[in-house]
Amino acid sequence: MEKVVDPRIYVRTCAALLVLLGLTWAIAYVDLGPFNLIVALAIAITKALIIALFFMHIKGSSRLLHLAAVAGLMWLLILVSLTLGDYFTRGWVPLNH
Amino acid sequence: MPILTSPPSESALVAEQFDDIEQQRDAAKLGMWIFLASEVLFFGGLFLSYTIYRFTYGHVFMETSRRLDVVLGGTNTAVLLVSSLLMAFAVRAAQLDQRRALVRLLLGTALLGCVFMSIKMVEYHKDYVEHLVPGTHFEWTGADPSNAELFFWIYFAMTGLHAIHVTVGIGVLLVLALLASRGKFSGGNYNAIEIGGLYWHFVDVVWVFLFPLLYLVGHR
Repeated sequence: MEKVVDPRIYVRTCAALLVLLGLTWAIAYVDLGPFNLIVALAIAITKALIIALFFMHIKGSSRLLHLAAVAGLMWLLILVSLTLGDYFTRGWVPLNH
Repeated sequence: MPILTSPPSESALVAEQFDDIEQQRDAAKLGMWIFLASEVLFFGGLFLSYTIYRFTYGHVFMETSRRLDVVLGGTNTAVLLVSSLLMAFAVRAAQLDQRRALVRLLLGTALLGCVFMSIKMVEYHKDYVEHLVPGTHFEWTGADPSNAELFFWIYFAMTGLHAIHVTVGIGVLLVLALLASRGKFSGGNYNAIEIGGLYWHFVDVVWVFLFPLLYLVGHR
């Protein structure tokens, strides 16, 4: 049988996610300049990691599953970095926003 | 008659190509994670176009983003996060072979999915009434109307694709609840629940990125 997780861990996971939702909502009304986007993305990535680790059981699952999960992100990184690299170096996108 | 009274043996639940139920479960989960990786790229293309236009027309995007309803969008984020909690409990109930709890939790998750879709429909209706839907009906009094319209194209494409995923998820949950009520997932044979759960959590993750990027960019 698979390891059954303590229900309190799920409740805490959900509580942490709701706190982070409140945080990202509140920070959106504070002017941090370009850091608004960075903070919003950092919080979103943290929330995604929490969901993957605890709700989707990445924590405690096999290496093979870790590899499959990370592979998707690696391909996304290739898509984003090569495309943005192209746009930015051609001067099609202004970088001062 | 021991054959009729004994519970289904593990070997009856394992397909021919697998050594045991453990290996069968691992294979199912691996397949699902590979599918989710392809979904990451599916949504990734849309997130990438959002990123490029966001950098190009930053000021327009901030103005247009302000027209979206943050309270409805934020409430919907909370609804999905709580639905994920119920889904995690559903998988746990399946692991512990608690049939009644499993059915209730699956229905509860589907219900929260319906709440999400209802709020989304209220929002879409509001956008329609306010002439924010791209096309001949679109009206924009601020600067740069064509790029404002572009923001709403991206908004409807991304939230629309996400809404389709939620709708599919609700259907999957209802079918799983029906099968669970017939005792299909007893005796450790709960792959379908676990995989359905992975899908539901993934849809939640997508919204976790959509909410700040679409609704919150314009408020500072």
